[in-house]
Amino acid sequence: MINNNIQLDEQGRLKHFLSIEGLKRQQLVSILDAAETFANVQEQAVKKVPLLRGKTIVNLFFEASTRTRTTFELAAKRLSADVLNININTSATSKGESLLDMLHNLESMHCDMFIVRHNQSGAAHFIARHVSPHISVINAGDGCHSHPSQAMLDMFTIRRHKKEFANLKVVIVGDILHSRVARSQMHALTTLGVSEIRVVGPKTLIPAGINTFGVHVYHNMQEAIIDADVIIMLRLQKERMQGALLPSEDEYYHNYGLTEKKLSYARPDAIVMHPGPINRGVEIASSIADGPQSVILEQVTNGIAIRMAVMSQTLSPRTETTKTGSTV
Amino acid sequence: MPESQLFNLVRQSETYNISIINGRIIDPANNIDKVMDLHIQEGKILTLGEAPEDFSAQKTIDAAGRVVCPGLVDMRVRLREPGHETKGTIASETRAAAAGGVTALCCPPDTDPIIDNAAMVKLIRLKAATEGVTKVYTLSALTQQLQGEKLSEMRELKDAGCVGTTNALHPVKSTLVMRRALEYAASHDITVFIHAFDPWLSNGCAHEGVVSTRLGLAGIPDSAETIAIARDLQLIELIGARAHFCQLSSAGSIQLIRQAQESGLPVSADVTAHHLHLTEMDIGFFDSNCHVIPPLRTQRDLDALRQGVSSGILSCIVSDHQPHDSDAKLAPFAETEPGISSIETLLPLALKLTDSHNMTLSEIISRLTIQPAQILNIPEGTLGIGKDADVCIFNPESYWRVEKDKFLSKGKNTPFHGWELKGQVEFTIKAGELVYSRQ
Repeated sequence: MINNNIQLDEQGRLKHFLSIEGLKRQQLVSILDAAETFANVQEQAVKKVPLLRGKTIVNLFFEASTRTRTTFELAAKRLSADVLNININTSATSKGESLLDMLHNLESMHCDMFIVRHNQSGAAHFIARHVSPHISVINAGDGCHSHPSQAMLDMFTIRRHKKEFANLKVVIVGDILHSRVARSQMHALTTLGVSEIRVVGPKTLIPAGINTFGVHVYHNMQEAIIDADVIIMLRLQKERMQGALLPSEDEYYHNYGLTEKKLSYARPDAIVMHPGPINRGVEIASSIADGPQSVILEQVTNGIAIRMAVMSQTLSPRTETTKTGSTV
Repeated sequence: MPESQLFNLVRQSETYNISIINGRIIDPANNIDKVMDLHIQEGKILTLGEAPEDFSAQKTIDAAGRVVCPGLVDMRVRLREPGHETKGTIASETRAAAAGGVTALCCPPDTDPIIDNAAMVKLIRLKAATEGVTKVYTLSALTQQLQGEKLSEMRELKDAGCVGTTNALHPVKSTLVMRRALEYAASHDITVFIHAFDPWLSNGCAHEGVVSTRLGLAGIPDSAETIAIARDLQLIELIGARAHFCQLSSAGSIQLIRQAQESGLPVSADVTAHHLHLTEMDIGFFDSNCHVIPPLRTQRDLDALRQGVSSGILSCIVSDHQPHDSDAKLAPFAETEPGISSIETLLPLALKLTDSHNMTLSEIISRLTIQPAQILNIPEGTLGIGKDADVCIFNPESYWRVEKDKFLSKGKNTPFHGWELKGQVEFTIKAGELVYSRQ
């Protein structure tokens, strides 16, 4: 009974945006299409549209972030919403006020949307399940679980370069175990019909049962990269270097860093992606990050359009439409 | 005040002569499964069948269509008192136990303060006698403060009434400490109850597998359990200690215990009722009511556990009752406290194996009564003449819907809310006293 998809309202429309899992292909395509129109808005002199005028959006970040928070803020402002940024030190909340108490306080200030980032998997689902019905929740990253807006901006970037998803070979490289980005990407790529997804990394960074995502696992990067159309590099968190996951940055770069030589195994028109921030000389050579095949900065730009699309779809005036629907 | 006087203050309970008529008496300890009457006098079982001529009952219970069995013996119940009275008290949780048909239970030492001295044992026994409605037994801490380093005074604790010893869910520092603890316990004929887990592999909150990977939750592989069992079995073989493995969760563990039993090691094992019915899939999208330790594992493990119960490798089914206040479960999954308020669903969940695994009622009841009583070495779980009249009367055919808000337990944390279960407790009698009646 708990398995019903709380992301969707009774009409099956997007109410919260928590994970790619559970969304249909058509819903993903419609977000990509909407983002396409918003991408055009960004290129005009006046970058604002009045879609969410009068709405209040709260950026609720329990974990540090620059890029994601800023692009969400910009996206909200370009939709003419009012934005509130709240950065919460998680240790402070665990001491005193509970997460739910804080949410209820914010709710009573008549907000319309929470954009949540939290270091615990499932935090966004938890919040969505406990907020008042009029509030939408967007997951801006929860623990190792999901980062759906990042995955969608990656899909958007891929579509702009490759047009069709069906015949692509996509390689995801690095710390799959701790990556919410990789999990969301795998769901999005399979839902959109990508024929071959490969994940690469040492066994210490590949989680158990990953094959149930419909991906092929490689431990050798050269082999994995052969004929790839899209190469997605994941960020290697510095703190993962401690402990027994990896022996050293050098050894990691040698085996799994994207170098000119390794890239030469991919298709010549392959694109290189990275969710940022990049560790030059750990995951990727500078010459590639700044080179012609890199679309890393484009991803950041596209992030704004995708987030505008997601916000406008979840906050669309659903009560009015149901009313007119019933009178017709 | 001397102890004897203290116990004199204990309220003398209302016991009167009771006749339970027309019920199907199932007493695995005495190999009985027959429709007949049961007569209780002065808190003891007087006779089965015809009442003696001079016997007169003040109360008669017509148990036609009902099963009359020994009160259940639950080997693992957190009462939460002392230390966590917002989650549960001896008064509330023993009443919940009675509603589940349980008349004797055993609580682990991980209370606050910890049961590692005789005074604590006395305190709990006194509170149970004055405020509780079931018999309460305790296990002692295996190591001081459960820190896994120094042995507790387990002999003194045994003399104070502890029926075994355990380090509960706390790790033992090293294999050497484990060896010494098993040796010392064996010298004093104390059974060690082992929660087998490798602490270095157990730093997670869900079974390491498909679901933990999908949800991005830190996983606990089944090898965290099997490695520890394999190690401890080697020590037990070396020392000849008597040990009981608590709440197994994986197919591999069953295999290890089976081999050990076949080679003649004095080991037994149990399983919780929820591990017989739930898998990792039940976590769905982060249902914190399914956060338990050891974690819910795969369908294959569940099948092996059920098979283990029916073949007898797992000789007891326990509730591992862990009531929580609602806040404990209101957080992102990994931050919630593990455990299920499970004592009121123990019997019907166990009874489900009669349908799925062709087990007889008597076989199930033995795993809930005489077998745990024998492992704990306590005089419970039987309807033998002259024994305490601890009786559970249930309707094996009636269906009921689990409603957490109707639980007597303070803990409403159950993943079984809304389940339709078969088998409902109607009366529970402890030493001749009616401690639960459904009406």
